[in-house]
Amino acid sequence: MAKTLPKTDVVIVGVGWGGGIIASELTKQGLNVVGLERGKERKTEDYYMVHDELRYALRYELMQDLSKETITFRSNEKIRALPMRQYGSFLLGDGLGGAGVHWNGQTYRFLPYDFEIRSKTIERYGKNKIPAEMTIQDWGITYDELEPYFDKFEKTTGISGEENPYGGKRSSPYPTPPMKKSPAITMFQEATTRLKLKPYMMPSANLSQDYTNPDGISRAACQYCGYCERFGCEYGAKADPVVTVIPVANKTGKFEIRTHSNVRRVLHKGGKATGVMYTDVTTGEDIVQPADIVVLTSYVFNNVRLLLMSGIGKPYDPSKGTGAIGRNYAYQVIKGSAAGFFEKQEFNTFAGAGALGVSIDDYNGDNFDHSDLKFIHGGVISLSQTGARPIQNNTTPSGTPSWGADFKAKSVYYANRTLAVGTQGSSMAYKHHFLDLDPTYKDAFGDPLIRITFDFEDQDREMAKFLAEKCSGILKEMGADKIDYLKELGPYEIMSYQSTHNTGGVIMGASPADSATNNYCQMWDAENVFVMGASSFPQNAGYNPTATVGALAYRAAEGIMKYREKGGMLV
Amino acid sequence: MVENDQQKTAGRKTVDGSSRRRFLVNSGYALGGLVVGGALGTLIKPKTTEQTAPDKTNGEQAATPKNYNQALMFFTQEQFQIAESAMERIFPEDDTGPGATSLGVAFFLDHQLAGEWGFNSRDYMSPPFFAGEKEQGYQGRLKRREIFEIGLRELENYSQQQYQSRFVKLTPEQQDEVLKAFEADTVKLTTISAGSFFKMLRSSTLEGAYSDPLYGGNANMSGWKMRNYPGSQMSYLDAIDKDFTKIEPSSLQDHLAMN
Ligand SMILES: Cc1cc2nc3c(=O)[nH]c(=O)nc-3n(C[C@H](O)[C@H](O)[C@H](O)COP(=O)(O)OP(=O)(O)OC[C@H]3O[C@@H](n4cnc5c(N)ncnc54)[C@H](O)[C@@H]3O)c2cc1C
Ligand code: SF4
Repeated sequence: MAKTLPKTDVVIVGVGWGGGIIASELTKQGLNVVGLERGKERKTEDYYMVHDELRYALRYELMQDLSKETITFRSNEKIRALPMRQYGSFLLGDGLGGAGVHWNGQTYRFLPYDFEIRSKTIERYGKNKIPAEMTIQDWGITYDELEPYFDKFEKTTGISGEENPYGGKRSSPYPTPPMKKSPAITMFQEATTRLKLKPYMMPSANLSQDYTNPDGISRAACQYCGYCERFGCEYGAKADPVVTVIPVANKTGKFEIRTHSNVRRVLHKGGKATGVMYTDVTTGEDIVQPADIVVLTSYVFNNVRLLLMSGIGKPYDPSKGTGAIGRNYAYQVIKGSAAGFFEKQEFNTFAGAGALGVSIDDYNGDNFDHSDLKFIHGGVISLSQTGARPIQNNTTPSGTPSWGADFKAKSVYYANRTLAVGTQGSSMAYKHHFLDLDPTYKDAFGDPLIRITFDFEDQDREMAKFLAEKCSGILKEMGADKIDYLKELGPYEIMSYQSTHNTGGVIMGASPADSATNNYCQMWDAENVFVMGASSFPQNAGYNPTATVGALAYRAAEGIMKYREKGGMLV
Repeated sequence: MVENDQQKTAGRKTVDGSSRRRFLVNSGYALGGLVVGGALGTLIKPKTTEQTAPDKTNGEQAATPKNYNQALMFFTQEQFQIAESAMERIFPEDDTGPGATSLGVAFFLDHQLAGEWGFNSRDYMSPPFFAGEKEQGYQGRLKRREIFEIGLRELENYSQQQYQSRFVKLTPEQQDEVLKAFEADTVKLTTISAGSFFKMLRSSTLEGAYSDPLYGGNANMSGWKMRNYPGSQMSYLDAIDKDFTKIEPSSLQDHLAMN
C-alpha cells in the first residue's frame, strides 16, 4: 500500500521551465506547492568541469537515462514500433531545471500567423491549400492575447535581442541589447541586406550584459565560452529555471521540491484529480501526494503518457480522428540547411554561445507568397555561432572520404573555415502522426513507454528543399568558395540529432471536440488538471519552442489562480 | 589575443582563482538585489604564460614524465594492437600532424570500453529484440564491448582470409582495403554489421583525438593544436567579435590546477 502524505494546494509534475514558472507564480501569491522531479538537484557549482565535450555532448551527462525510460518509434502504423535504445533525434531533460539547463537559449516569439494558421491560410489561399490529412488548427488564442506573457517570460529571463521586422506587436523592447557580433554574423547581415532580406540578431537567453530581473534575480553576462547547448552554464549567464524562477519560489518558503520522485499516475475521482502517485526512486516506495490542483509539466512525452496511463481525457483514435490525448504530434524540420567553405578566411568559430546568431524571417510563416509553392509555412533561417567543438565539427566538402589521410587533412584545414546557415522549419500536424502507449515495451517500473508514429510528408520535403536553397544562396552571397546543401530530405529517422522540439499530444484549442485543454492549459475533461509545455501546440512553428512554452505557462498560472478562487472551467 | 585578454582582465578587478571557486560554492544564486552577476563577471582569470605554455620547451620528450594512464583496462594486447593500427589508418600521422597512435586514441578506446559506455549502461537494453527498419536505429542485444571484441576479431579473420596475414602486419594499403570492405558492408558477418562496427571505430577515433586529454587520448592536447582549437577557456569575451586568433589551448587539468 502506498503511503499517503498530507494534502497540498498544488502538485507539479516535473520541474523544468514549465514547472518552475508555475511554482514561482503560484507561491508568490501564497499557494503551497509541491514540485515532484524524477531527477536530481542541480546547481551552478555542478558545472566546474563542464567544458568537456565528450562527457556532456556525446555521453549526455545531463540527459534522461534511457536505460530506465525511453520512447518507441515507427514511421507509420504498418510497422512495429521499436525503442530508441540510444540517443539520436532529440535529447530529453532530467533533473531540476529539466532541458532548460542544457538548452541553447534561442528565444523567439511565434508569429501572429502561427496562432491562427488554419483560418489565415484559408483566408489567403482557399481551403484546398490545406491537404485533407493535414490537421492543423488555430490555437484558440491569438498572438495579441499572448503578448503580455511573452513579455513577462522575456523579462524574467533577460532576453538579449532587437526587434524582429516581421514579428507581432511588442509592448516593450527586449530587456537587454543584442549579443556581440562575430565577423561571420556581420557577413551574414551584410549579405542578407544586399539580398533585400531583413536580418535581425537572434533573441538570446545568454545575457549580453549583467541583468537584474523584476523578481530581483541578478545574473552575469555571457562569456561566449562555446560550451552552451548540451552543457550547463558555469556563470548563470544562460537563463535556466535553476537560476531564475526556482529560487523565487524557494524564497517564499511555500515551495517544496522533492527530487528523485517519479510520478506514475494522476489519481482522480468523479472527473477531478485528487493528487498523484509517485515512486521515490531512492527507496522504491510508492507515495500518494493529494492536491487540490494537479499541474503536468513533465515534457511532451510524459504529459501524454501520464494522462493515458491514468485514464484522464479521451485517447486519440487515428482511424476516426477523434479523441484528444496523443493527437497532433509534430516536430521541427531542421535539415534544410547549407554549409559553406571559405578558402581565404578563418573564423573564430571555437568561440560562441548557444543563442549567438543572426536570423531572417523572410521565409517563415506566411511572410512570403505560397500561391505557387507546394507547401505552407516555412522557417527561420539563421547563422548561429554556438562554439564549433572539435569532436562534433568535422564538416568537409562533399566528395571528401570520411576517413584516412584526405579526410584528416581536409577536416583539419576546414576546421575554422566552415560556416553553416540553417533553418528551424515548421512542422504541420497530420491525422496519422500521434502518440499512444506502446503495447510491448516498458520502463523501469513496468509502465508502458510512449510510442511515436511520425514521418516527414511532402509538405516537409518541399519546404526543406526550398529553405536549403535559400541558405545556400545566402552563403554564396557571403562569399563561400564551396557550398553543400540539402538536396533531398529523406524519411524521418531517430538516429541523428535534429532538435528537442517535440510538440503536441495535449493540444489547446477553442473546443473540446478537437483539443484537450482550453487556452489556459486547463483540461476540458478534468477542470483541476492543467497540462503545459510544447504538448499544448496544435502544430509547430518555424522557431524553437521555449518562449511560447514560457508564455503559456505564465498565462496558465494566472488561470490557476482564477480557478482557485472561482472553480469551474475558465473558458 | 592572450596578451589582450590579460590586459583586459587585469583592468577589471581580478579575483584570484581559489576565491572564485569558493565564491561559486558559497553563494549560489540568491534573491533580492544580491548582485551575483556583477561579481561573477569579473572572475575571468588572467592568462599567464605558465598556464598556457607548458609544452613550449625544447626537448619535451625527455622532460615528459611517464604516463601511468597508458595501460590496458579492457583489451587484450592483440585486440589493442589491431584497434591501434586500424585507428591509425582512419586518422594517420602525416604533414597535418600526429595520428591516432601518437595521440593515444587506442588507449582512449580501451578506457571507454571498460566503463559505462562499454556496458551501454545508459542505453535502453531491455528485450524483446527485433530487427527494425533503418530509421529505427540500433536494435541489437550486444553491448559495445562485445561488438568491439567481435569486430576486431573479424578484422583479423578477414585479413587472414584475404592476405593470409595478421591485420597488424599488412601494408597500410592492404589495411585500407580491409577497412573499406568493412565500411561498405561487403564483409558479411553473422553477429554484427561490419558497416556499423566501422562507424563506431571511426567515431571513437575522432572522440579519442579530440576529447579532453583527461580521457587518455589527444595526448598533450596535440589533437587540438593541430586544428588550432583552444580547448577549455573561461571566456572569449575579447575574441568573439575579432577575426580568427590563435589561442594556446588549455585543458580541464589546467583549469583544475588553477583553482
Ligand atoms: C540541446 C538542446 C537545445 C535546445 N535549445 C533550445 C533553444 O535554443 N530554444 C528553445 O526554445 N528550446 C530549446 N530546446 C528545447 C527546450 O529545452 C525545451 O523546450 C524546454 O526546456 C522544455 O521545458 P519543459 O519544462 O516543458 O520540459 P523539460 O525541461 O523537459 O522538463 C520536464 C521535467 O519533468 C521531469 N519529469 C518528466 N517525467 C516525470 C515524471 N514522470 N515524474 C517526475 N518528473 C518528471 C523531467 O525530469 C524534467 O526535469 C533545447 C533542447 C535541447 C535538449
Ligand atoms: S556561452 Fe555564455 S551562456 Fe552559454 S554556457 Fe558559456 S557563458 Fe554561459
